[in-house]
Amino acid sequence: MPNEKIRFDWITVALYLFLVVAGWVNIYAACFDQAHAAILDFSCQHGKQLIWIGTAAVMALCVILIKPRFFSNIAYILYGLVMALLVLTLFIGSTTNGGQSWIDFGFFKLQPSEFAKAATALALAKYVSDLNTDLKQRQTKLVLSAMVLIPFVLILLQHDTGSALVFSAFLLAFFREGLSPYILVVGVAAIVLFIAALLVNKYLLLGILLVLCLAYLFVWLSKRTGRDYWHTAVLFAACALFTLSVDFVFENILESHQRDRIYVLLGKVEDPTGVGYNVDQAKIAIGSGGLLGKGFLNGTITKADFVPEQETDFIFCTVGEEWGFLGSLAVIAAYVLLLVRLITLAERQRSPFARFYGYSVASILFFHFFINIGMVLGLVPVIGIPLPFFSYGGSSLIAFTLLLFIFIRQDADRNALF
Amino acid sequence: MSDKYSNRSGIVKIIFLVIGIIFVGRLSMLQLFDKEYKEKAKNQSLRNITQYPARGLMYDRNGNLLVYNEAVYDLMVIPRMVKDLDTAYFCDAVGITREDFDARMKKASAYSSYSGSVFMKQISKEEFGRWENILYKFKGFYISKRTLRLYSKPIAAHVLGYVGEVNEKDLADNPYYKRGDYIGKSGLEASYEEALRGTKGKRVMQVDVHNREIGSYMHGQHDTMPVEGMNLYTTLDADLQEYAEKLMANKRGCVVAIEPATGEVLTLLSAPCYDPNMLVGRIRGNNFAALSKDISKPLFNRALQAQYPPGSIFKVAQAMVALHLGVITPNTGFVCDRVLGCHNHPSARNVQEAIKMSCNPYFYYAYRRVIQQGKYRNIYKDSQYGLTVWRDYMLRFGLGQRLDIDLPSVKSGNIPDTAFYNKWYGKERWAFTTIYSNSIGQGEVEVVPLQMANLAAIVANRGHYYTPHLVRCYGPDSTKNPLFYEKHETGIEKHYFDIAARGMYDVVHGAGGTAHKADVPGIAVCGKTGTAENYGNDHSVFIAFAPMEDPKIAVAVYVENAQGGGGTWAAPIAGLIIEKYLKGEVERKDFEKYYMEVNPCQKLPLTRRVKKPKKS
Repeated sequence: MPNEKIRFDWITVALYLFLVVAGWVNIYAACFDQAHAAILDFSCQHGKQLIWIGTAAVMALCVILIKPRFFSNIAYILYGLVMALLVLTLFIGSTTNGGQSWIDFGFFKLQPSEFAKAATALALAKYVSDLNTDLKQRQTKLVLSAMVLIPFVLILLQHDTGSALVFSAFLLAFFREGLSPYILVVGVAAIVLFIAALLVNKYLLLGILLVLCLAYLFVWLSKRTGRDYWHTAVLFAACALFTLSVDFVFENILESHQRDRIYVLLGKVEDPTGVGYNVDQAKIAIGSGGLLGKGFLNGTITKADFVPEQETDFIFCTVGEEWGFLGSLAVIAAYVLLLVRLITLAERQRSPFARFYGYSVASILFFHFFINIGMVLGLVPVIGIPLPFFSYGGSSLIAFTLLLFIFIRQDADRNALF
Repeated sequence: MSDKYSNRSGIVKIIFLVIGIIFVGRLSMLQLFDKEYKEKAKNQSLRNITQYPARGLMYDRNGNLLVYNEAVYDLMVIPRMVKDLDTAYFCDAVGITREDFDARMKKASAYSSYSGSVFMKQISKEEFGRWENILYKFKGFYISKRTLRLYSKPIAAHVLGYVGEVNEKDLADNPYYKRGDYIGKSGLEASYEEALRGTKGKRVMQVDVHNREIGSYMHGQHDTMPVEGMNLYTTLDADLQEYAEKLMANKRGCVVAIEPATGEVLTLLSAPCYDPNMLVGRIRGNNFAALSKDISKPLFNRALQAQYPPGSIFKVAQAMVALHLGVITPNTGFVCDRVLGCHNHPSARNVQEAIKMSCNPYFYYAYRRVIQQGKYRNIYKDSQYGLTVWRDYMLRFGLGQRLDIDLPSVKSGNIPDTAFYNKWYGKERWAFTTIYSNSIGQGEVEVVPLQMANLAAIVANRGHYYTPHLVRCYGPDSTKNPLFYEKHETGIEKHYFDIAARGMYDVVHGAGGTAHKADVPGIAVCGKTGTAENYGNDHSVFIAFAPMEDPKIAVAVYVENAQGGGGTWAAPIAGLIIEKYLKGEVERKDFEKYYMEVNPCQKLPLTRRVKKPKKS
């Protein structure tokens, strides 16, 4: 490989390093107590996280040393392997926090669902970039859908709804490849309608929908054909059906803790000591940080274990409390910069494989960022997924590092001929 | 592949940016604008631990400790943390019944199951010692140290006062106090509350989700050290106080003794007395109820609050005012014509004799000259003028107004003014003949015993007084109240007071004097008897000072409802007090014994001397 053609995007690497280091500092603060102040205390999470960071660094180095081609070559094999692991997990997986997602190796608990994201992204990229693939064909669409749905269902079976939902992030990558924007619009509309149905009287909502449809038909459209009437009628019927089904879905398909989390978010349940406890404590921790924060290791809420899961899913509380608004702003800015940078990098790829993969990486990271911080800030219902690079956890850190560095490697080699 | 959709990258970037901006907006709401979360964070993660300063001590004038603190222990409980408790074992150890245990637990749980509340109050060191070493077996229980007020001698309860938990009013009036704090409720404890209590300190501790302390907040930046309470150096003479209380046993009444040169109160008591230790600790509630129900009113401080008609002792002040106004001269005599009832004695030829013999008609005539000085032809107008002048001088004797002694709730007595009579009889509807009873200390005149002792001090000082007070100074800097060092002049000539002093000397020593029982061998005691008329039996009153020249002590003794005049009961008691103070020891043992044991008002429901309390 001619060396002069390898150009690593140092901006991305720097942002990655910043997030990993900031994450570790906050994990240290979150688990800090006088008895375990030593940085290298491997009985504590901050100590263990150091091992994971080291492992991730080695992995990243390996990825850099491997030819970028290798990943597209073994994409399907990798996908198959990880899917097999997911199936295996269903049988021999150990259960933590209600989710059966881990394979216990004694010294290390592997969470295959974390690696499924990268594997799926590679496989999808491989399939999409195949010269024989025509994205317009129904068969292609079916295959791609299946490739996403298989891990989705397998992870759902592990009772890890959060990680399963991450696979919806691929919609954004498909959107770039030509997926009709209406699907995204319909998705957003469905969420809005779902929430509205929970908050507002059904019949009032149906009335509003009817008025909107009629307004579309008679005010928006200047000329109306028979087709328009027909389409509007179908649209209204679909919306009405969806609205009326919300109660059924809510009561019978969602689990009770999921219902509670949605109710808490919508403010229909005020229960700061019960189901609303996590989010309430998270808001208290962040809110009490003020502009400048309480200072490193001075968090009173996070340090006193008021916030559950504070070194994993709720790690952002520590940032908010100890580093204040400015620190939180820096972290959010780093994520947004990283995401935007990834899109820029993806767009400059010459190979469709690398581009799709880049979009997948950005979409997955974005989904995690959006759900995790949104949850901590009380904007999104509680869905337990980690903050990439930041949260404590070996599987997630290593998986995200692999996910990102495979793309960085692709990008570094973008000018190579193949 | 075509790049037909490359413009969609912009849309994706915008989505990322918008979400970032929404997050930042939400963050600024939570962190910058909404104060609610900061409050909540403080409330749940910080505990202010109050550090109570030791309350100041009190000493008597000779440096004897009167009031001090003793450690006691409150047994606290956090109901939620009580686990695997062997209730029978526990009850047995701390000495309560099962029902009592249930009731206490219920009360504690009702307050809060998460934070500590008092399970059992004020456990003595000895009692705590018995089960201290097994306390660890009772999860959820812990000990909190407090201090109790204790009194080294069972004396001066009315002066020292007592402390008690703050009530709603205290909490509303002063934000310093928090529920459960102690505050001086009466006596010096109340009037020097701010000096005695010191200033509470606080430690801000961080607690975790289980309410465990996990260290100090911000390295103790917000902590404050408690400031110790200041000690009071009182003017009381503990020996004299104790002695006077013994003398007043079996009696109702009061004693006030003052050092004339300074106004320092040597002794102040109200009988029946009680042991101040009764109103301390767990026994307090029951004792307080018993004391307040007692018909002899032991909680009522007669020395400051009982407004008696002064009786004949008032004649001393009357004589001084009449002399000063020039309506009589030292040698003016009046025939004892029984215009007012009088006892059998020769007519007084001068003021000195009048005081000695306490001649009622003499003061009737003298007072008539004071009230109707002949300045106006209209006797009503003349009386108005006369009363105004007279009252003005009486106020200078500290009568008819509150003496600013450093004890709470002192009464002012009454020296009636023209408005008083105008309201009562109508304007210009009264003259001397309407109000003549005042001449001999009856009628509308009322004084509190403190004022009478002060009257004795005024004569002892030959015309001036210092506001009687109980605290010489307090605190490490010996802070003094300047008001107590301010000389109050009556404005009446010294040589008139010499006449009064001689008259009072004759009362005790002269032929025909009314208080020979106040005589102390070898000491020139000057006194004046009084019999304050009353609806029931009259009160026996005596004021005195001694020695005649350079007086060291002025004293007023009231014995309520005693048979016989001031000379019978109050005078010998005053004499004994003077002897005790000036000689240190009373030599007349039989005399002393008699007056200690006698109950002068046996016909009345017996005054109950409250028994010594059990030690808590």
